[in-house]
Amino acid sequence: MKHLVRALLITAAVVIATAQAQVTITYWQYDFGARIDAMEQLIERFNAENPDVIVVQENAGPYASYQERVAAALAAGEGPDVVQLFYGWAGAWQRAGYVEPLPAEHFDEEWIQSYFIPMVESVKIDGSYYGLPTAVRALALFYNKDQFREVGLDPEAPPATWDEFVEAAKALTIKRGPRFERVGFGIAPNGQDHHVVRTVLTNQLGTPPYSADGTEVLYGNEIGAEALAFYTSLQTEHEVGVNEFVPGANGYREGFINLESISMIIDGSFAIGNVRTNAQFDWGVAELPTFDNGVQANFGSFWMNGLTANAYASPEKLEAASRFVKFVTNEESMQLWLDVVGELPAARTLVADPELTADPVFGAFIAGLAYAEATQFVDEGAQRSAMVDAINRVLLEGADPLDSILQAAAEDQALLDAANAQ
Amino acid sequence: MTSTPPRPRRSLSLAQREALWAYVFLAVPIAFYAFIRFWPALQSFYLSLYTWHVDPARRTFVGLGYYRELLENPVFHQALKNTFMYAAITVPASMALGLGIALMLQAVGRGRSAFRAIYFAPYITPAVAIAWVWGWMYNYNYGIINTLLIEWYVFLERFGLERLAIDPQRFLTDPSLALVSVSVVVVWQQLGFQVVIFLAGLQGIPRIYYEAARIDGATPWDLFRHVTLPLLNPVIVFSVVITTINALQLFDQIVNINFTDQGGPLNRTLSIALYMYQEAFGRARLGYAAAVTVVLFAIILVVTLIQLRLTQRRVEY
Repeated sequence: MKHLVRALLITAAVVIATAQAQVTITYWQYDFGARIDAMEQLIERFNAENPDVIVVQENAGPYASYQERVAAALAAGEGPDVVQLFYGWAGAWQRAGYVEPLPAEHFDEEWIQSYFIPMVESVKIDGSYYGLPTAVRALALFYNKDQFREVGLDPEAPPATWDEFVEAAKALTIKRGPRFERVGFGIAPNGQDHHVVRTVLTNQLGTPPYSADGTEVLYGNEIGAEALAFYTSLQTEHEVGVNEFVPGANGYREGFINLESISMIIDGSFAIGNVRTNAQFDWGVAELPTFDNGVQANFGSFWMNGLTANAYASPEKLEAASRFVKFVTNEESMQLWLDVVGELPAARTLVADPELTADPVFGAFIAGLAYAEATQFVDEGAQRSAMVDAINRVLLEGADPLDSILQAAAEDQALLDAANAQ
Repeated sequence: MTSTPPRPRRSLSLAQREALWAYVFLAVPIAFYAFIRFWPALQSFYLSLYTWHVDPARRTFVGLGYYRELLENPVFHQALKNTFMYAAITVPASMALGLGIALMLQAVGRGRSAFRAIYFAPYITPAVAIAWVWGWMYNYNYGIINTLLIEWYVFLERFGLERLAIDPQRFLTDPSLALVSVSVVVVWQQLGFQVVIFLAGLQGIPRIYYEAARIDGATPWDLFRHVTLPLLNPVIVFSVVITTINALQLFDQIVNINFTDQGGPLNRTLSIALYMYQEAFGRARLGYAAAVTVVLFAIILVVTLIQLRLTQRRVEY
């Protein structure tokens, strides 16, 4: 009996001691099957290697209500220590205090700049980084090879220029009466297309959308108008696509993958998994077409791991949370994320991996990443609306592209000014 | 003089004690309601005076700055205008249709409850499901409404009557049509509620008034105008107030019917409630969004008071 009591006491003491030594870190990301799985695997590895820390992933709900939940939880002093956020939200989240800078004592700036691909610089606000990505994404052209064959196009020679793109799209489009049976291109202003106009087309035509210091909108001119005019001509002049062809969230992708009534879409590398699992046809991926000048451009983006104010509760917690962020962004973690989620790694060394560049699917995205730019947003939601409205004014109200882009540029400039004034 | 028998001294009468207990029971839900409803509502007044930050110590006082901003903001103006349009369309339309259907159902002897159930079904269907189904029905390329319009054209063409046809419509992407299209969905959804309320109201009107009026030679229109309508007044007041508040708070249908461009196209379907949500959670500007809610609260309060004043006349029997 005496032995039993002693054994119990010792066990209890050991349990309490370990519990005190352990720091618990809460991790949040929006609910998406493959991302949750990948993170669970990473957490399992991390917890095994770091007995003094326990990381717990909590279900933060679907994408549509993710920001709402983060706001409510943090305002109540609860929620995550390490949080995943879209890079474009960094500005708005930083102003609202949802995300705090990565502490300089745990994250060396030179290391960040040499280890990650350059687009990570876009989340540097006032000299501090607000998060680091495990994976990045770029845009590419997905196309239905079967339909290319059907209309006599070479499925192994996807359009390289926008002229070829328009010609192919015309050949692929089937109209019946006033409606389309199939469209050559899936127009989606609110999908990736606002990025295509703002970042891809303007850069191809010779101007970046914003000044390097992020204080000035540069697309409010003839070049911006030309970009918008070309994009909207796909619907208004060439009639190879139509806004809201397939209704619902990501209708353009549904139309491409499931209905097979859209022959080509511009989408991010995050769509690869969905296409791979669900497309019942022969498909291919190509780099984005260019204008005749041959200038290439792409829009890169990423979800990143940032720290909330909760992580700053104590130096021990901050150190543990920082260690976890470094762990999920190391090369092995990026490799796992690529295998499980299908998203491209964010480290310079991995992007240059010859096996990846030669991959028929990933290759096009990796090639795009080399010249991709992650637009530096100050308020992604509002800046997106400004461009989507610019597109819709032309498509739905017949507005002049120059007038429409000037209005968008003025709205966008006001957002930059407001953010920079704070 | 007869002396009343002595009663045991009690500080409270039975009725008073019953009332006291009633207050005690009522106090619990009221306290709960005050805590989860009134207190947060009051807090939004406070929030609207500060920039938003999760740490209260890092909020900056802006006074009425956000109210000034929203007065000047064209998107808020558009949302305000749209919201009043929703009310102006959906309240009279759903009430007129609801009353009409209720009158017809009352005349139906057999299967009334089956009809009532059918009309009521949309009301208890989740707004999300309704919005998605209507989104497909309205779609230009796949939607059944446009398919019917095209079939109708083909039919008329045979007789050389194409002029009578209606072109297929971009119900949800045409900026001039989108708000009306969404309103139709809202009316359709709320119809069942109106029907049930009006049916109950109609059944509460004593038959005897109709019989008396008929003996005096009243026409069916007279009966409706001078018996049914005045006696339905309490029901109409209730219905107007509830439907107006619903219209002013419209959110679910709008969010889901154009999921990729919520409140679009070009903000033409944006409601104040959705605008507030977008500012609060899409842009993390909870201070500004709180100012929007305060304005919405004031609008609903004023509109409701005016409606009660205008419609709550004493009914003379």
